[in-house]
Amino acid sequence: MDIIQVTNLTKKFKDFVAVDNISFNVAKGEIFAFLGPNGAGKSTTIKMLTTLTIPTSGQIIVDGHDPTKDPDDVRRSFGIVFQDPSLDEDLTARENMEFHGVLYDVPDKTRHERVEQLMKYVDLWDRRNNLVKQFSGGMKRRLEIARGLLHHPKIIFLDEPTLGLDPQTRNAMWTYLKNLNQTEGTTVFFTTHYMEEAEHIAQRIAIIDHGKIIAIGSAADLKQQTGTASLEEAFLKLTGTAIREETGKPGMARMQAWHGGRR
Amino acid sequence: MFKKIYILWLRQIKRYLRSRSRIIGSLGQPLLFLLALGYGMGSVYKAAGKGNYLDFLAPGIIGMSIIFTAIFSGIEIIWDRQFGFLKEMMVAPMSRLEIMIGRTLGGATVATMQGVIIFVLSIFIGFHPLSWIYIVPTVLVMFLVALLFTALGIAIASPLNDMQGFQLIMNFLVMPLFFLSGALFPLEGAPKVLTIIASLDPLSYGIDAFRSLLIGTSHYGITLDIAALCVITAVFIGAGSYLFSKIQI
Repeated sequence: MDIIQVTNLTKKFKDFVAVDNISFNVAKGEIFAFLGPNGAGKSTTIKMLTTLTIPTSGQIIVDGHDPTKDPDDVRRSFGIVFQDPSLDEDLTARENMEFHGVLYDVPDKTRHERVEQLMKYVDLWDRRNNLVKQFSGGMKRRLEIARGLLHHPKIIFLDEPTLGLDPQTRNAMWTYLKNLNQTEGTTVFFTTHYMEEAEHIAQRIAIIDHGKIIAIGSAADLKQQTGTASLEEAFLKLTGTAIREETGKPGMARMQAWHGGRR
Repeated sequence: MFKKIYILWLRQIKRYLRSRSRIIGSLGQPLLFLLALGYGMGSVYKAAGKGNYLDFLAPGIIGMSIIFTAIFSGIEIIWDRQFGFLKEMMVAPMSRLEIMIGRTLGGATVATMQGVIIFVLSIFIGFHPLSWIYIVPTVLVMFLVALLFTALGIAIASPLNDMQGFQLIMNFLVMPLFFLSGALFPLEGAPKVLTIIASLDPLSYGIDAFRSLLIGTSHYGITLDIAALCVITAVFIGAGSYLFSKIQI
């Protein structure tokens, strides 16, 4: 039973092809990863899956719905933790949670209970009345995860979720998500460029580069395919060893230029 | 739907009430205008046979605080975009229209609160409105003007990605709208060019309505003022909704 089905998905920004005719499926309850360097098209793909961007061509089905036709149905089915923080820093942690709950039509009593439960789980309940601007990066990320799960979505999307986090927070986060996946059957879809993360957390991985999916399979499959001993070697063999800009995000720069000149 | 609009509105109010330095800071300029011009030009204005300048000026300065606060509230969506919160709203099962309505109502409420604060302060400085009966209608008109300019702020900010254009907007749009609206000088007897420009400026009708209600004098007549404000507000809300719905992150 596939909860995400993507067929021939393409996204172009003027002449720049960010996502180039990709196709893949994610099964319900799976932990799936997009592994690829910066500018590969990971974030753009997630944006299309989550109704933030409209595809140039191709088809997407999330939880049985098309994001371009039934965006609200799709939105109810997922929670998302973005790469860049999306909290309101001038509100308290609890207010951020409540705000989210109201937007997702969580009934009042349920909402109050879940806010408390989730904030306790991510160890932020004591800080619920503090303004988010006072939180560290790790605390903000934990809050965003708690928030993304508030409406009990079937899928949780995470775009480079551990970027900039210390090992303890990283570990706690993945433990929590794996537990959630096992107990609630929540599908986990994350993007990363960290090999260990993909190898140890994901059940299946799609290697993406220059907007194309180069290979899909479990870490074991990919290693076997390429005849390598580690996922890192498999990755390098599949994507080549040319250096990519770490933080420059070359694809992003062109995309932003397109947006700036669009109107 | 109303619950979501309410919570968007509530967020704007909470953010406003928590930014004490911004509230006090934004009172600075209007107060300066009231004091420096109100007292400074007072005797000259009286000698010209026009009466009390402070009474004439105060509605103009109330309009000033409303337009600046309202436009800024609308432009705040650029902030939300840059700092990521806009994504959270756009990914929620809520239409862009609901987001737009919530923000417009919230921004307009904040601007109206600023207008009321300036109004109260101007009374302490020496402003004498004709009658207290007209306070409530005045606040309602303040809200209408605030809606107009908040929607305009959202319409302008929707296509923008960052705060770079902000200075341009403030200096080449908001300042002229304020200075050429008859806020500071009477439109009767003003050079033709200025009166023509003023008649194209939505703020002129707002300030004229304040004057009509508070000090009993009016250049356009209160009926025309309210009609013009309603029509222009509807247009700007329409434009703002359209442009906001077109945003792709």
